Amino acid sequence: MIDFVRNVRLWFAPEEVREEGRTPDYRFSLANERTFLAWLRTALALIGGGFAVDQFLPHLRWEWRVGLALALLAAGVLCSLRAINHWVRCERAMRRGEDLPASRFPALLSVVVAVVAVVMVAVVLTGRAG
Amino acid sequence: MQPERTRLAWRRTTLSGTVAAVLAVRATLHGGATAGSLVVCAVCCLLWLGFLLLAQFRIRRLDQPTPPALTPRLAAAAVLATAALAVCAAALVV
Repeated sequence: MIDFVRNVRLWFAPEEVREEGRTPDYRFSLANERTFLAWLRTALALIGGGFAVDQFLPHLRWEWRVGLALALLAAGVLCSLRAINHWVRCERAMRRGEDLPASRFPALLSVVVAVVAVVMVAVVLTGRAG
Repeated sequence: MQPERTRLAWRRTTLSGTVAAVLAVRATLHGGATAGSLVVCAVCCLLWLGFLLLAQFRIRRLDQPTPPALTPRLAAAAVLATAALAVCAAALVV
């Protein structure tokens, strides 16, 4: 948690990231940037999914529709915050010449997406749609 | 090669943002637009515009022989725009 707070400070303080270690080959930084953007796209896709549940499943009971949509939107927010946190951690690790940080987040996200998908299938099939 | 791939990644991400923004407009218009939902919809459009400008700014900086690394401030701005879009979406859905 303390690490996370320190990283949040780094999001807004480019000087501090630049002071540490040596500047890596620009290609590595660009690869890290693309990974960050890929996570941001995942976040945007989850947000789009939240909208889609709300708009394209109109016969679902209100609480199911809103619940699923909010779950997807919350996942989108988490995903975007994770994108920048992981980007900062990778950038620092590269500057210091350390191993890149390991992360449980991809596994966690896939479990959440799988659960939401199964719930959606169940809800649509078991006639709560009515 | 690397700057070009990064440029295209920014474009793809902007495109994903466009889809989300279009869905936001659709949600507003189909739910029977109220004054509140129109304001939220306008905020979504502004966030999309902000993201487009950020991408444009970054793409211009990438156009160098050895492009500088992404700054944390720009990354944070892109993330804040995305998270704010999700908050607006929640407001429109509920």
